[in-house]
Amino acid sequence: MRRFAYVTRGVAWRSIHNTVVNPAIIVPSIIFPLFFLVAFAGGLSRISDIPRFDYKPGYTAFQFAFVFLQSAAFGGVFTGFAVARDFQSGFARRLLLSSPNRSGIIAGYVLGALMRWLIVGTIVTVAALLAGMNVEGDGIQLTGLLGLGLGMNFAAALWAIGVAMFLRTEQAGPLIQMPVFVALFLAPVYVPLSLLTGWVHAVSSVNPITAVIESGRGLLAGSPVKVLLAFLLLAGAGVVFAGFARRGLASAERAG
Amino acid sequence: MAMPHNDQGPAIEARELVREFRKGPRAVDGIDIAVSTGEIYGFLGPNGAGKSTTVLMLTTLLPPTAGSATVGGFDISRESAQVRASIGAALQEAALDAILTGREHLKLQATLQGLPARRRTERTQELLERVGLSEAADRRVGGYSGGMKRRLDLALALVHEPRILFLDEPTTGLDPQSRAALWEEVERLARDEGMTVFLTTQYLEEADALADRIGIIDQGKIVAEGTPARLKAEIGSPSVEVTPAEKDDLGLLGELLDGFGESKRGSNGSVTVQLPGGEAALAEIVRVLDSNNLRVETLQLHQPSLDDVFLAKTGRKLEGAGA
Amino acid sequence: MVAQTSLFEQVGAVARRSAVGAFRQRALLFFPMLFPLILFAINGSALSKVTEIPGFPTHSYRAFLLAMPFVQGAMFVSINAGTSLARDVETGFLNRLALTPLRSEAMLLGQLGGALVLGTVQAIVYLLVGIATGVTFASGVGGVLVLLLLSITISFAFATLGGLLALRLGSGEAIQGIFPLLFVTLFLSSSSLPRNLIKAEWFKEVATYNPVSYLLEGLRSLVIQGWNAQALAKGFGFSIALATICLLLARPAMKSRLVRT
Repeated sequence: MRRFAYVTRGVAWRSIHNTVVNPAIIVPSIIFPLFFLVAFAGGLSRISDIPRFDYKPGYTAFQFAFVFLQSAAFGGVFTGFAVARDFQSGFARRLLLSSPNRSGIIAGYVLGALMRWLIVGTIVTVAALLAGMNVEGDGIQLTGLLGLGLGMNFAAALWAIGVAMFLRTEQAGPLIQMPVFVALFLAPVYVPLSLLTGWVHAVSSVNPITAVIESGRGLLAGSPVKVLLAFLLLAGAGVVFAGFARRGLASAERAG
Repeated sequence: MAMPHNDQGPAIEARELVREFRKGPRAVDGIDIAVSTGEIYGFLGPNGAGKSTTVLMLTTLLPPTAGSATVGGFDISRESAQVRASIGAALQEAALDAILTGREHLKLQATLQGLPARRRTERTQELLERVGLSEAADRRVGGYSGGMKRRLDLALALVHEPRILFLDEPTTGLDPQSRAALWEEVERLARDEGMTVFLTTQYLEEADALADRIGIIDQGKIVAEGTPARLKAEIGSPSVEVTPAEKDDLGLLGELLDGFGESKRGSNGSVTVQLPGGEAALAEIVRVLDSNNLRVETLQLHQPSLDDVFLAKTGRKLEGAGA
Repeated sequence: MVAQTSLFEQVGAVARRSAVGAFRQRALLFFPMLFPLILFAINGSALSKVTEIPGFPTHSYRAFLLAMPFVQGAMFVSINAGTSLARDVETGFLNRLALTPLRSEAMLLGQLGGALVLGTVQAIVYLLVGIATGVTFASGVGGVLVLLLLSITISFAFATLGGLLALRLGSGEAIQGIFPLLFVTLFLSSSSLPRNLIKAEWFKEVATYNPVSYLLEGLRSLVIQGWNAQALAKGFGFSIALATICLLLARPAMKSRLVRT
C-alpha cells in the first residue's frame, strides 16, 4: 500500500509540476469549454423561447451544466493524450521500470487529471458567473455538482489511460477522443430530453451520460433529479474503466 | 538526354566563397575549390564545419554572401537554372515522401526534370535496377530501410543524367553493408561514366577510400587540400611497433630497429621505429629480426591518418570534433 | 537551354502526388469527412425543435444545417493542405523540388489541386447524405450544381489559406495549433441559427462581421430559399476574395521557400 502511495504521488506530482512549469499544456482544457459555453449559451440562447423549454435558471445555466461536465470529461481525455505521448517518447517505459507498484502509475495519472480539472472547472464556473449565470442550488447541491464533475473526470481519465496504454502511440488520440465526444453529444446538449425527437431521443434516453447531465442541471436549479442514479452510473463506469486501464497496463508490461 | 555542360575549366570552381548568417559567425569563410571533371572530391570536416552550407551554395539553394562559383561552367548566381540542370544532388536529408512508392518518386522527378513522356518509364526502370530497388519499387517509401532510402535518393539525383553529382553525407546512419554498396556505386559512376562527384563526409575512412582529392574544412575555412596519400605524407611517415616474445630481448630489438630509423621504447614493452623511407622497409625489418632469431609477439604497421592531418592543422581531432 | 515541362504538366504532376498522398492516408481522409457528418446527424436531430422558434425560415432543421458540413469539411481540407505542404518544408522535400525546373506557381497550384480533389469528393458525399436524409433543394437540380460549385470554391479558398500558413510557418505542428481557431470562426457565425434570430446582441454582431456566415448563407440559400442572388454573390465573393488574397501572399512566400539563386 505504501509503495502504491509513493508511485501515485510521484506520477501525480510530475503531472502537476509539468502543468505549473508549462501552463500552455492546460490552455486547451480551459479554452475548449469556455468556447463551447460562449458558442452555445451565446449563440443558441434563443432556444429558451421554444415552447415547453422550462429550465428556470435560464439557458446560460442550462448550458453551463453541460459544459462543466464536458470539461471534466475532456480533462480526462487530455490525460490520455499525455499518457500516449509518454509511451511514444519512451518515458512510460522508465516509469514501468522504476515503479514498485505499477497500478500506482494509473492512480497517479488519474490524480493528476483530477487536480488539473479542479483548476479548469473553477475557471469555467467563474466565467459563467461573470456572464450572468443564475444559480439556484444551495451549497450542498453545488457540492453535488462538483462531485459529478469529479466522477466524470475520473471515469473519462481511466478510459483514456486504458486506450493509451493499449495502443501506446499518439495516433491513439482520435480513438480516445471520439467515443467520449459522441457519447457527450448523444445526450440532451442543446435542449432538455423532453424536447428531443427521433433517433437522438431514443439514444439519449438510454445514454448514461444523460442522467449525469440532467442530475447536474437539477442540482444547479435547486431541484435535484436522478442524483443517486448519476453517481451510481459514474461509479460503475469508474470500476469498469479502472479494470480496462489495468488491462491496458498489463498489455504495456507484456510489450516491454 | 543531353544536359547543358560548359567544358571550359574545372567542373566545380569556387573563389573566396562566403556565407554569413544573420547574428552568427561565418559558416563558410572564403573558400577556394577547384574540382576537375571526373574527379571524386571529398569534402571532409566535423559537424558544423560548413560542409553542407557549401553544398547548398554550389547547388544554388542558398545564395552566397560574397565570392563566386561556377558549376559545370555556369555561374551559381547568374545561371542557376543551367547549374541545376547539370547537377544531381542527394542532400543531407533524404527528403522523401513516405506515402509515395519508389517508382512514383522517380516518375515525378522525371516529369519535373523535363524528360519526354516516352522516356520516363524507361529511365525509371533503369534506375530502379541500377540501385537494386526493382522489387521494392511499388512499396511505399515509408517502409524502406535507411539504406534503401539512400539508394532511392541517389537514383533521384541521377534521373536526368547529370555530369556532376553532389552527395552530402550520403552514408550517415547506414549499416556497413549499405555503406559499402553506396561506395561501390559512387566509384562506378566516376570510373565508368566519368561523373564528377563532390562528396561531403565526416567519416575519415569514407574520404580515404573514395576521394581522389580531399579538402578538409574546419570552421568555414579549408585547412588542407590534396590527395589522401600526400596529406598523410605531409604529416609524417609510417611507423612499426614490435613487441618481443621475451622481455629480455627488448635491448637487442632496440639495437636492430635503430638501423632503420630512430626507435623509441614504449611503456607496454614494445619498441616503435619511424620509417622515413616508407613502409617498403617492413620486409627488411622482418628479415633482420628473423635472421637474429628474435621471436616477436606482435608487429604492427601504423600509418598516419586523416585524423592526424586534421590534428596537425587544427590542434583538434576530427573524430568526435564538432559533436 | 534547360529542358522544361509545361506549366500544365508540372501542376498535374504535383497535384497527382498531392491527391495520391491524401487518398492514401485513410485516417486523414475519413475522419475529416466523417466528423462533420456525425455533427450533422446529431445536431440535425437534437436541434429539430428549433424550427418552432417564430420566424425560423424552414420546417426542416436538417435542411438549415446542411451548409455546415460543407464549410467544416472545407476547413479540414485547409488543414490537410497546410500540414502536407508544411511537411514538405520540414522534411526538405521542397529542396528536392527546388533542384528541378519546377516553377513556384506550379508547386503552389499543384498542391492546391490535390486539396481541391479532396474537397470535391467530400462535397459530393455531403450532398448525397443530405439527400438521403430527406433534405430537398428549393433551387432544384441547377441549384445542386451551383451548391457543388460554391462548395468547391470554398474548399479551394480554405486550401489556399492552409497553403499560405504552411509557407509562412513551415511547421505542421503550428498549423495544427491554428486549427481550433478556424472552428471558432465556424461556431461564431450563423451556423446554428439565422443571424436575425440570435438573441445575444454581441454574438449577432460577431456573426454579422464573420465572413464564414456568408459562406454558410450562400450554400444554405440554395437549399431552403431557392435562388437568392445576394446570398450567392456574398458566398462566392467572400470565398474568391479569400483565395485571391491568400494566393497573392503565398506566391512570394513560395518563392522564398523554393530558395534558389
